[in-house]
Amino acid sequence: MIELNDVTKVYNQGRANEVAAIRGVSLTVKAREVTVLKGPSGSGKTTLLTLIGCLARPTSGRVRLRGEAVSSLPEKFLAQLRRQTFGFIFQQHNLIRGVSALQNVMLPAYPLGLPHARLASKALELLAELGLEHRAGLTAEHLSGGEAQRVAIARALINGPEVIVADEPTANLDTALTQQFLEIVARFKSEGKTVLMTSHDPRIWQAPLADTVITLADGREAAA
Amino acid sequence: MIFHPPILALTLVSLLSAAAAVWASIFAVELLRRWDLSSGAESQVLLERRTYLVSAVMALVMTAELASLVLFVFNADRMAVMFVGAMCAVGTLNASVYGLPALLAKLAVFFAASLWLAVNYADSQGRDYPLIRVKYRLLLAVAPLVVLAAGLQLAYFLDLKADTITSCCSKLFAPGKPGLSGELTGLGERTALVLLFTGLGCLLAAGAAALRWPRSAALYGAGSAAFFVIAIAAVISAISLYVYEHPNHHCPFCLLKREYGYFGFALYTPLFAGTALGLPAGFLGLLRQPPSLGAVMPALLRRLTLGSMACFSVFGAFAAWAIWASKLILFA
Amino acid sequence: MPPWFERHRLLIDFAVASLLRRKTRNGGLLAVYTLIVFVLGSIMLFGEAIRREAAAVLSGAPEVTAQAMRMGRHDFSTRADIQKLGRLLGITHIEGRLWGYHYDTASAANYTLQVPPAEDSAHALAPGETIVGEGVARLRKLTPGGYLFLVSAEGKLLKLKVKEMLPSASALVSSDLVLVSEPDFRSFCGLDPDVFTDIGMRVSNPQEVSKAAEKAALRLPGFRFVTRADMLRTYEALFSWREGLLLAVFAGALLAFVILAWDKASGLSAEERREIGILKGIGWDTGDVIAMKMWEGGLISVTAFLAGAVLAYGHVFLFSASLLEPVLKGWSTLYPRFPLTPSVDALELSTLAFFSIVPYMAAILVPVWRAASADPDAAMR
Repeated sequence: MIELNDVTKVYNQGRANEVAAIRGVSLTVKAREVTVLKGPSGSGKTTLLTLIGCLARPTSGRVRLRGEAVSSLPEKFLAQLRRQTFGFIFQQHNLIRGVSALQNVMLPAYPLGLPHARLASKALELLAELGLEHRAGLTAEHLSGGEAQRVAIARALINGPEVIVADEPTANLDTALTQQFLEIVARFKSEGKTVLMTSHDPRIWQAPLADTVITLADGREAAA
Repeated sequence: MIFHPPILALTLVSLLSAAAAVWASIFAVELLRRWDLSSGAESQVLLERRTYLVSAVMALVMTAELASLVLFVFNADRMAVMFVGAMCAVGTLNASVYGLPALLAKLAVFFAASLWLAVNYADSQGRDYPLIRVKYRLLLAVAPLVVLAAGLQLAYFLDLKADTITSCCSKLFAPGKPGLSGELTGLGERTALVLLFTGLGCLLAAGAAALRWPRSAALYGAGSAAFFVIAIAAVISAISLYVYEHPNHHCPFCLLKREYGYFGFALYTPLFAGTALGLPAGFLGLLRQPPSLGAVMPALLRRLTLGSMACFSVFGAFAAWAIWASKLILFA
Repeated sequence: MPPWFERHRLLIDFAVASLLRRKTRNGGLLAVYTLIVFVLGSIMLFGEAIRREAAAVLSGAPEVTAQAMRMGRHDFSTRADIQKLGRLLGITHIEGRLWGYHYDTASAANYTLQVPPAEDSAHALAPGETIVGEGVARLRKLTPGGYLFLVSAEGKLLKLKVKEMLPSASALVSSDLVLVSEPDFRSFCGLDPDVFTDIGMRVSNPQEVSKAAEKAALRLPGFRFVTRADMLRTYEALFSWREGLLLAVFAGALLAFVILAWDKASGLSAEERREIGILKGIGWDTGDVIAMKMWEGGLISVTAFLAGAVLAYGHVFLFSASLLEPVLKGWSTLYPRFPLTPSVDALELSTLAFFSIVPYMAAILVPVWRAASADPDAAMR
């Protein structure tokens, strides 16, 4: 599904605060599997996730998605590809404040220009699947942590992605909510979606549904 | 210089556009030197990001230039009271040697900007910026035009003095008068009308050919530019007579007045739109077709050509209607 | 609806919501912006209205006026001069006109004394009667039926019964006017019976005005000939110039506002930066964010333009531009107080739109682009 070939990522290139976050990683994310990136904080998990999820471009090396080199696509097409392929769940949920849960879910589809009514009913359906239809009208800041995360999950699903990308999804969740999240991941897997997560939470990478666990240290792949 | 609000507004807009054009062409030179899509270096990312700004700036310049073209003509018409002998825009334009060149330059900027935006659109449809070099070379050609138009307009406004004795449309557009305006009028009504309608026929035929064989779109583009000139000449030498119902009133501007039901807008809007769509069809047809636009380019050419043909047909229909509805009979 | 249309509708939707989320900030910007448009609009509408007013006043003036000149100064014309003009082709009527200025020490104001033309039967006066302009009536607290006393420099007293007041509708030029009968005028000013201030000529065909003036000039070589069109041009130039000068001064304020707009647009709050990062992270590209932000700017811009234009209209036509009067009007101590005839045309409105919308959009473009090109992975960091 996604192949990385000797990928590096350098931030602030050529300046005094230059940081090499990823130093030559090659890996493959297989379709319909759950892949977990683990490692201590600062090991480059999140950066690697942004490279795999086409949110950032590698400084060198190549990223291929279904065989197509995406590292040199124009931004417009990269964004298009990202919309069609990936659904992102961020660590802090990253909902937009002052905007209703429903509209938050709809946002990723705005650039596609679907009719508003169709978009809204699709978003409502997704919220209902996650048991949140009664919270649809609330603005983001009035949701509890668990609800906010489920709204973020619904938002990740609005464009029908093949790959779900989640950054530390259980960092702020208690055991019951973590369990609930794992159930949702299991459902994705059974639906044939590819799931990619970073986590330093053993409940995630020791979970039986994690097919592949990749360990990172200092921006390189380390032996597990 | 006459401190007149519309003059200040026009000057402001043209200077802003010129500044934007200068900035964009400096960027264009940098881009043409350093563009390397395969590089992931930060400088390339920055370059790519800035192309978004250039597109947005050019879209704004184009909108402002179109609006300012209309304002320029209306202002010229309104200011006619300030010049001895002027009764409409012609008199005001004629009050300085820079008047007519300024108008022509503004027209050129409008068409050049629309051409650039069309190429920009085509480029954005390909996955590897297929036309980026063409686009920025074209920008280097358009930018001096924008600066020139701003300069001519400024020179014109600075040169305008109230009390200048000028002449009006009846004198300027008189057959046999030397110069461009005389030539345009001197066509003779019959020749002008024959040219207009056979020209339209040929153009539509070229359009049909371009739809069938996309390679011949270049011919259509050239044809639409030529037809624009013919159409303006025909409006001045023949169509205007029918609209004014007066055998000697040749004027391309009075048509835009309320007295004549703003009929000029019905004529000029489709004519300008048709040319603005036809030119890029020709230009894009002329290029070597990039593989990444394989399916997109023929569809785009088709849309541009069809749109342009439709506009020209509407223009033809209005021109014919003006002749038919007029009480003036030139040919028994 | 085609997708691009729906896309823009959704983007506008988001832009509106986003504007409403930051009410105080955007409200403040909108208020300043509206004020700027209001002042600009007031200057322009007022200038245009006053020019129209002057044109309306002049429409009653004779097409050609001939003034005798001696040593380069304006001198009296005589009955003999009028006879010398005799009958000229194209000129339908010739009349000697009597008018002059009178400095009234009591009210410290200059009045224009004038004898109404003979053809103007509506304003015909018998000796001892007068018709006064709105400004004179206001200053001297006159009402029809009351008396106006004028004292000449030589101490001659003139007692006039106010027959009526000139309507304030065309008060711009007539505000300081005092109409008196010919005998009163001559005795008050000490004029010989066969002299006139100047000579007015009526020409029926507007195309022949300059020709008629030329022909008349041959018969009266020492005279200066002024056509009505010349006067109109002078007014036009004078008012446009004043208005333009005011606008140019005001451009400073506009510039300050543009800098404010630039600053506001570039000084994004951390919250806004976060939002843009999220939007890019979830699949918007730079173009989408630019379009949304430009809609935001466009909505502010158009709202400010409409509100400012409506307020300016009210100010100029309902409140007689009370804030601007002293600057643009005022060629005499008697400021006319009159409602301007409401009228707005497309040229004025589009000029105002140019002034108010273009600089703002230009000012926010670069900051908007800079904000929109945030890295999409910012949402992850």
